[in-house]
Amino acid sequence: MSAPTTLSSPPFDVVGGDHAKLDAPDRLTGVAAFTDDITLPRMLHAKILRSPHAHARILSIDTTRAAALPGVVDVVVGSEMPLTYGVIPWTPDEQALATDKVRYVGDAVAAVAAIDEETANRALAFIDVHYEVLPALCDPREAMANTDVLIHEDNRHGNISKRVKLAFGEVDSALAAGDSEPGAHRIAGHYEFHGTTHAAIEPHCALAHFDTTGLLTVWSATQVPHYLHRELARVLELPTYRIRVIQPAVGGAFGGKSEPFDLEFVAARLAIKTGRPVKCLYTREEVFLAHRGRHPFSMDYETSVDADGRILAVSGETVLDGGAYSSFGLVTTYYSGQLLCSPYSFGAYRFHSTRVYTNKPACGPKRGHGSVQPRFAIEVQLDKAAHLLDMDPIALRRRNLLGANSTTINGFHIGSNGFAACLDAVEASSDWQTRRAKLPRGRGLGVAGSTYISGTNYCIYPTDLPQAAVQICLDRSGRVRLFTGASDIGQGSNTTLAVIAAEHLGVELADVRVIAADTDLCPVDLGAYSSRQTLMAGNAAIMAAQELGKKVRKAVADHWQCSPKVVTLAGRRAQRLDDPAVFIPIQDAFVLAETAFGTLGSVGHYNTPRSGVHGDYRGGTIGASPAYSFSAHVADVEVDVETGDVTVHHIWAAHDCGRALSPVLVEGQIEGSVYMGVAEALMEHHHVMPTGLGLEGEKEPGPWVSGLLAGSSLLDYPIPTTLDTPEISALIIEDPDPRGPFGAKEAGEGPLHPAIPAVVNAIYDAVGIRIDCLPVTPEKVLAALDALAAQKGSDDA
Amino acid sequence: MANLPDSPSPLAPAAPPVSPAIQSPDRPVQTSLLRFELNGEAKTVAAPAHWTLLEILRYELRLTGTKQGCDKGDCGACTVQLDGKPVNSCLVLALDVQGRTVKTVEGLAVGGQPHPLQKSFDKRGAAQCGFCTPGMLMSAEALLRQKRARGDEGIETLEIAEALSGNLCRCTGYTKILSAVVDAWRDKP
Ligand code: FES
Ligand code: FES
Repeated sequence: MSAPTTLSSPPFDVVGGDHAKLDAPDRLTGVAAFTDDITLPRMLHAKILRSPHAHARILSIDTTRAAALPGVVDVVVGSEMPLTYGVIPWTPDEQALATDKVRYVGDAVAAVAAIDEETANRALAFIDVHYEVLPALCDPREAMANTDVLIHEDNRHGNISKRVKLAFGEVDSALAAGDSEPGAHRIAGHYEFHGTTHAAIEPHCALAHFDTTGLLTVWSATQVPHYLHRELARVLELPTYRIRVIQPAVGGAFGGKSEPFDLEFVAARLAIKTGRPVKCLYTREEVFLAHRGRHPFSMDYETSVDADGRILAVSGETVLDGGAYSSFGLVTTYYSGQLLCSPYSFGAYRFHSTRVYTNKPACGPKRGHGSVQPRFAIEVQLDKAAHLLDMDPIALRRRNLLGANSTTINGFHIGSNGFAACLDAVEASSDWQTRRAKLPRGRGLGVAGSTYISGTNYCIYPTDLPQAAVQICLDRSGRVRLFTGASDIGQGSNTTLAVIAAEHLGVELADVRVIAADTDLCPVDLGAYSSRQTLMAGNAAIMAAQELGKKVRKAVADHWQCSPKVVTLAGRRAQRLDDPAVFIPIQDAFVLAETAFGTLGSVGHYNTPRSGVHGDYRGGTIGASPAYSFSAHVADVEVDVETGDVTVHHIWAAHDCGRALSPVLVEGQIEGSVYMGVAEALMEHHHVMPTGLGLEGEKEPGPWVSGLLAGSSLLDYPIPTTLDTPEISALIIEDPDPRGPFGAKEAGEGPLHPAIPAVVNAIYDAVGIRIDCLPVTPEKVLAALDALAAQKGSDDA
Repeated sequence: MANLPDSPSPLAPAAPPVSPAIQSPDRPVQTSLLRFELNGEAKTVAAPAHWTLLEILRYELRLTGTKQGCDKGDCGACTVQLDGKPVNSCLVLALDVQGRTVKTVEGLAVGGQPHPLQKSFDKRGAAQCGFCTPGMLMSAEALLRQKRARGDEGIETLEIAEALSGNLCRCTGYTKILSAVVDAWRDKP
C-alpha cells in the first residue's frame, strides 16, 4: 500500500465533524450546472433513432430524406464508428450505433443533429431502416437452450455471456451432514430476484464540442469519466490526448451512468462532423431503455446447518438474465457468488453462475452490484434455518461470525469487522427481544446482515498504474486547491476529499476548493463505482496532503527555531504543541512555506495491496477488496391479511463504515440505500414483456411484439414518494480499518443489501408466509396466505 | 399535478394578439408575446405557442435551476410556483402564465440571504445530488407559507410528506428532507 494512514485516532479537527456538503449551496440555489444546463453558442441537438424490434437484422439504412429536411445539419450511422467497445475490455460487444443487428427494443441505429430538439425528433421519422425480424429470446433459460437463434453470432458459447463455477471445501459431504447429523438441517430454496433499475432523477445527457485545435471536449452525466475517455478514444479512433472529458454536476447515478452510452459517441461524432457543439439529452423513456440495472437472478440454494446453527455448507446455482450486451456482466457473474462468503463463516461453499444474453435492455451494475440478489437468498435461507432450529435469527447470525482479521472460505482477507456491533445496534435500537415477543399477528420483525467491498482490488483493465490520484496546491492565499479525477455524483466525494485535506493541512473545510472529474485538469481516477472512492482517492489525498503538511511544518519550525515535530496545523493555525500560546494564522504558515520551498504542490496516489488480499485461484481476484463494510438491518413490517398489502413501518440500519469522515453524508448514504432496497422488495420491477400486450389471442403473435418494456415512465415504474418510504434509523458503526483513510470504508452500497431480506423475513414473522420470488406483491401475499390456510386445514383434518 | 385556475387572474392584462409566425425550418410556429412576473421582475418573452413553462424558463430565459426529470408530470423536478402554488412547469403551457406570477428556485433567497429552507436543507444534508432539490424547495416553501398564513402552530411529518409527495428524490430516502422542512418551520436552521 502506497499511502500510509496517519492521524488515525481521534480527536480530529475536521474528520467526523458535523459539516454539510461543500457544494450543497450551489445545488440549493439552482446555480450548479448539470450537463443539460450548459449551452454553447451555435449548439445543435441530437436525437437517436431506436429499434422497434427486439431482435432483427439491419438490411439497409437510408438517411437521405432526413438529411434533406430543413433544420437538419447532419446525420450519423453506425458504419462511421463501427468498432466495438465494452466497459470490460474482455467483452467488447457493443457498437455506438448498430451496423448489422439490433438486439433489443431501443437499440440505437442512427442519429440526427438539427437546430433544435423538435426538428431532430421529427427527422428521425425520415430515416428509412429495413429490418429482417428475427425471433426474440426474452427468457434466459430459453435463450440458454437455444442454439439456432444467436444474439451475438460470434460468441463461442451460444447465448451464454459468462459462466463461473467455483467450489471451496468438501461441499457435498458438508451438505449431506445437514441430512444425517442429529439436529442438523438441510434447506433447499428457489429464489427469484426481478430486475430493477436506477432511475436517477437526472436523465443522461452529453454535450460535445470539437474545437479548431482538434480537441474534442465531451461533457457528460457520467460517473466514470476515465472509462468514457478510453472508450471515446477507441470508438472515435482518436488518441486520448485529443479528448477531454468533463463531468459536470451529476443528478444521481447509482451505477446507471457507469459506462459509456450511445449518446456520448453520437454527440461527439456529430460535433466532429459539423464543427458545431452538439447536445444529446435522453428522454425518460430512453433512460429506462439504457438501463444497465439490476440483473434478474433465478437462484437455487442449498444450505446445511448443524444443531447449533453453524453453517456447514452453502451451494448456489444461479441464472443471470443479462439482456442484450455484456456491460459489466463478467464481473456481475463473479460477484453473484464471490461476495457471499462474508459476514458469515461457511464450512464449505460452491456456486455456479451463468449469465445469459436475452433480447432485452442490457443489465449491469446497480447499487450493490451482483450481490444484492444472492444476499436476499442467503439471508432468507438463514431465517428458515433459525426457525427450523427454533433459534433467534440474530443469535444464529452471531453463531457464524467471521470476525476481524479473518479469511473467508474463498480466500478474501477481512480486516476490520464491525458486523457483531451492527447486530448489537439493531437489536438494541429496535428493541428486538421485547417488541418481537409482543407483536400481534400481522405485524413482524425481520433481520438480515451483509457485507460489501470498498473498491475492487484490481482495475477493470489490466494495469499496474495507480487507481486513484490527487494533486494539491496551496499558496499565499491561505487556501487549498485539490484536483481529483474522482466523480462526485451526489454522494459527496468532493466533500470527503476536502475533509481529508483540511484535516492534514490545518484549514477549515470551506478553505478547500475541489476541482474534480475533468480529464484535462485532474489526475486519473477510475471513477465512482464499487464504492471505491473514499478509500482509494482518500488514501491518495492523504499522501498528497502529508507531503505539503510536512513542508509547512518545516518552514514554521525553522521560523520558530523548533522541531517540526512540535508544530501542529489545525483550525486555521500553525501552533506549537509544547506551547499552545505560540501560533500564527495558517495563511502566514503557508507564506513561510512558499517562501522557503517555492510554489507548493504535491501529488499522491493509491494502489491496492498486491498480497494478502485474496486467494490465488483463477477468478480469485474478482470481488476482493482492500477493506469490507458490514451492515445489519431490522425491519418492522405490517401485513394486511385482507388485501395482501405490506407496509414497512421502520427500518433500523446499522452500518460499519470504518470511520465516518462526514457523519451526515454517511447517514444520507444509509438512508438512501434503505429506501432503495425497500422499493426493490415491494414496488419496483423493470419488466420486459416476453410477448407484447394487446396481441394476445391473435393467431400469430409475431416476434415484432416481443421485448417491450412494461414501465418506461416514472408513472409506470413507480418509485417511492415521501408517503411510501418507511421511517429509517441510520446507525453508524465505526470499526476503523488500517487500510482506509482514517480507517474509513465504504458506505454507499452496503447498506442497501439487508433491507430486502429483512423485509421478507419480517413478513414471515408477521403472518408465517415465505415470499421467495420478488417483488412482494399483494397477489403473492394473498396466494401464500391462502396456501398457508389450506395447509393448516389439511394438517388439522 | 398542475394546479391551474380556470381563468386568468382578473388583474392580468388581456393576452396580446398572437404575433405572426416565426419561420421554423419546415412549418410555421405560432409565437406569442408573453408578459408575466418572474421572481419579482416583469418579463416579456416571445414564446412559441406550444412551449411549456419549463421550456421557457430553461431554454429561453436560461433559468436552469428548474430541472427536467421526465417532461411528463411524473417527477416534480420542474416544480415552480404559479401565483404562489406549486405546479409542474412541464405541464403548464407557457401561454397560461400570461399576466401571472411565477417563482423559481432562483427567486427563493430573501434579501440576498438564503431562504430558511435553503439553510436547513444545507445543514441537514437534505440535498445529495441536488437534482430534485429546486422542485422540493418550491413545494416546501408553498406549504410553509400556506401554514403561516393559516396561523398553524405545529407541523406534522405527514402533512410535509403529503405536500412533497409529488417530488421524487432518488438519493436521500426523504428522511433528511422531512427534518429540514421541520427545521425551517421552526426557523432554526
Ligand atoms: S419534469 Fe415535470 S414532472 Fe418531471
Ligand atoms: S438529492 Fe438526488 S434526487 Fe434528490
